[in-house]
Formats: sequence, structure tokens, C-alpha cells
Amino acid sequence: MSATFYLLAAVAVIATVLVITHTNAVHALLYLIVSLLAVALIFFTLGAPFVAALELIIYAGAIMVLFIFVMMLLNLGQAATQQERRWLDPRLWVGPAILTIVLLAELAVTLSNTNRLAGGSVVGPKQVGILMFGPYLLGVELASILLLAGLVGAYHLARRDTRRERGEKPA
Amino acid sequence: MDNFWPIVIEAAIKSVFIIFVLATGFAYMTFAERRVAALLQTRLGPNRVGPFGLLQPLADAIKLIFKEELIPGGADKVIFLLAPVITVIPALVILAVVPWGPTAPIHCCQVTIPGLNITLGGAYFTIQSGLGLADVNVGLLYILSVASIAVYGVVLAGWSSDNKYAMLGGIRSSAQMVSYELALGLSVVGPIMLAQSMSMVDIVNAQSRVWFVVYQPVGALIFYLATLAEVNRAPFDMPEAEQELTAGYHTEYSGMKFSLFFMAEYIKMIGVSAIFATLFLGGWRGPMAEQVPLLGMAYFFAKIAASLFFMIWLRSTHPRLRYDRLMALGWKVLLPLALANVVVTAAALIDTTLFAIVVGALVLIGVVALAAYAWRRRASAGGRAAVAQSPAT
Repeated sequence: MSATFYLLAAVAVIATVLVITHTNAVHALLYLIVSLLAVALIFFTLGAPFVAALELIIYAGAIMVLFIFVMMLLNLGQAATQQERRWLDPRLWVGPAILTIVLLAELAVTLSNTNRLAGGSVVGPKQVGILMFGPYLLGVELASILLLAGLVGAYHLARRDTRRERGEKPA
Repeated sequence: MDNFWPIVIEAAIKSVFIIFVLATGFAYMTFAERRVAALLQTRLGPNRVGPFGLLQPLADAIKLIFKEELIPGGADKVIFLLAPVITVIPALVILAVVPWGPTAPIHCCQVTIPGLNITLGGAYFTIQSGLGLADVNVGLLYILSVASIAVYGVVLAGWSSDNKYAMLGGIRSSAQMVSYELALGLSVVGPIMLAQSMSMVDIVNAQSRVWFVVYQPVGALIFYLATLAEVNRAPFDMPEAEQELTAGYHTEYSGMKFSLFFMAEYIKMIGVSAIFATLFLGGWRGPMAEQVPLLGMAYFFAKIAASLFFMIWLRSTHPRLRYDRLMALGWKVLLPLALANVVVTAAALIDTTLFAIVVGALVLIGVVALAAYAWRRRASAGGRAAVAQSPAT
């Protein structure tokens, strides 16, 4: 199992690096999807098939489709690629990269101190459901309220203003 | 690691078998569609190549192989070549979690590679193996996630062609697939609740007495309609509306690359029919199926064939929906209905009084919503008439 883990981790890391360095926005998004697929498979091999499936459905299947959608509609040409290339100037990314390496080193040290083996047992959808609607019910409810607020906001922004269409003063 | 290679070999053989069935099924599905549609419209259909025209798919394949492959000048070459592959692969892997039959004794020869359902002469040992590639405990979620990945092939084909018709087709079909995914996801909650599991094997086992279509008629209908939209079939074949969009997302594709899209469409039809049969029609279950595993497989194929026939029937008798009506159907009819179905099913599983209360409440909400809709419609129609009459506008 550890061989598959390292393979998938390598795919995820390389794909993510390519997301940042690629100048074509659509290609970069495709690498991001590959990275998400690799992460989902890592979850699967670690014994969390439910999380893996959700990662695929929500991130790769819904959010990324919307991203690609926007990219398609904008139909960015050469100008965008040039701009991306300018953003990849070393002067711009050296500072953040050093900070990130510090964080990475700290993460590596923290993780190497805990000697817990990953992927002890398989966590099925039933256990996840029982936990979600048991101890973590408050979190689920708060998240659903947040989503509802987002839904209402989206409806308000995209709504047709019938009053204005009829030539009346908007309220 | 002792049992590593036998598992890999078994999975490989089953995968090859599934892909073989799907590829052959695709070839004869195109033929069946043309013949059945022709019979329904009192035509003859292709009947020249071979007996009853049975070799027609082969002739089509040879023709497509020898066609010229064009890549448009403005196309994003890599993605243009990748898009048909991205479309076909989800179609091929979606059936990995569907059981094809009961657990069956498989007789294997020690020296040769174990074969599925093939009793080789002089069997040395027998293994018990489920007829199906994998039994994952999130089987249904796997299907939904593969279905959601399938959108990319269409979107990327439309975008990379650098053609406005292809682009519009890609946008339309991806919007359609994303919208109907919600109703699809909610309509499978009913079978999950009844079987108390997301594993396809458990769902089939839970239908050993009564098929779920009896308990879930609304869910089955929503699932069927949503999958028709998901695989871009008539009457929801908006991406291929020839009059408006030439051929939609695959306008610029020719030769084998076009046939890969064609193949993906038909394989997806077979796939969703198999999933429909598994979720609502009892999968491989039928009389004597548990004693004779091959019979179970035959029942399963018969159910798939019935569903496919129904799809052809729908296509040859119904006109295409208008795009805005299609979206309205998905969001305003199927989605609320699927949600109501989930609530009603959950209530019915708890007890009868709760079921009655929930059904009553939903009917009340429905009546109020319809009345409000009718009232607003009349009000806005009056408003529009006023605008039309006023000289200022």
C-alpha cells in the first residue's frame, strides 16, 4: 500500500507544481483536477472511501467544472498567457517560496514525531453519517445555514428585476 | 502479499470481460438503434450487410478507420486529442462496482489463467467469486463521482475545437449534465435508505423479495429521466441539436476520434441502463438465479436490454425539448420532486403516522406553491400586457 501512496503523492505534488507554473489557464486547471484525483485516491488507500468519493464529486466534479466553465466563457488568449508569464518572475515568487519552505519543514518535523500509522481501518459511509448527525450535528447545521445564505445570495444576484422590466422604479 | 497476484489477475480478467461486453454492446447497440428506430417509424433500416444487416457495425467501423482525421488550425492540439479519451474512460469504468450475477463457483485450471464462467477441461480447483469487478462500500458514490468526471470530456472537446458551435454545444451539455446531476444524486437516496447501504451488492441483495421500483416509483422515474439527460440522449440531446449547433461539441471531430465520442455515448447508455436495473429492477435477481449464476447474468442482460429498448423508443417517438424548458424541468420539477421523494421515503421507513403527516404537509406545500405560481403568472402577464399597451414603451 505504501508504494501506491508514494506514487499518488508524487503525482499530486508534481501536478500541483504544474498548476502554479503553467501559463495556460485551462491547462493549469486540468493539472489541478489531476491533483485532486490523486488526493482522492490517497484518501481511498488510507481507508476513507467516503471522503475520497466526496472529494471527487464535489471538488473535481462540481467546483472545477464551474472553473473550466468560466475559463471557457472568458476565452483568454495570448494576453493572459503573457500576464501569467510576468507573474512567474523570480522576484515575485522567491519570498513566498522561502516562507512556504519554512512551513513545510515545520510540518515535516511535526509529522515525523508522531508515530501513528496511517490507514488502520476502513471508515465506511455509515460511521461518517453517525458521527455527522451525532456529535458533530452543530457543525453540519452551521454549514447548511452558510450554504443556504449563499443560495439566497446567488438567487438575489441572478434574479430578473421584473419591476425594472415593466418600467417601474426599482424598490 | 501472498494473495496479491491472484487478486490482480482475477480483477484484470473481469475488467477485460466487462470492457469486451461494453465494446461489443456498443457496436450492436448502434445497429439495434437504427433497426428498432426504423421499425418504429415503418422503415427498413440497414439490412444489406450480412444476414439481417448484422455485419453493419463492422462495416461502419472500417469506414470510420479510413476517414481522414482533421485537427482545426486554431485548436488546442493536446486537449483536442485528449478530450475523446477523457470521454470514453469514465464510460468504461463506471460499471466496475455493479454486480453482474451472484457469487459463483469458478472452475480454474492451475496452469492456465483462470477464466470467468469458462469451465476449462480438467478443472483442478474451484474458487468462489462474486460476478462483478469490485464490491466497494461507497459503490453508489463511486458511480456518481465517475458520472461527474464524465463532464470534462464534453467541455474540453467543445473548448479546444476553437469553433463557436462546438463551444456552445460544450457549454450547453455541461450545464445540462451539472444540473441533472443533482436530481440524479437525490433519486438514488431512496434505494440507499431502503437497502441501508451504498454498496451495489447490498442493494441487489436487499431486493431479493421485492424490486425497489415498487417502493420507489417516483425515484425510478426521476433517475431514468436524469440519466437520459446525463448521457445526452433524446429527448434531452440538446448538445447535438443539429439545427442549432451543427453537431455540438464534436463538430470538429472526424474519423476515429469522432467514433470515440460515439462509443462513449452508447457505452454510457448501456452503463446507466445497468445501474438502473441494479438500483430499481433487482439487478441479476430472478427465478432460479441464485442456483444458476449464468441465469442471473442472463436476467441482468435482459433488464439492460429492456431499458435500452425504452431509450430507443423514446428517441424515435419524442421531439427534442427546448433548452430553457429542459433546464426548467431539471431545476423546478425533478429536483424538488426528488427531494420530496427522499423526505417521504425517510418518513415511511420510520412509521406510518409520520408518513401520513409528511405526505399531507408536502401536498399542502405543493398546492400553496402552485397557487402562488398561478397568481404570480397572472400578475406578471397583466403587467406585461400593460407594458405592451402603454405608448411610452
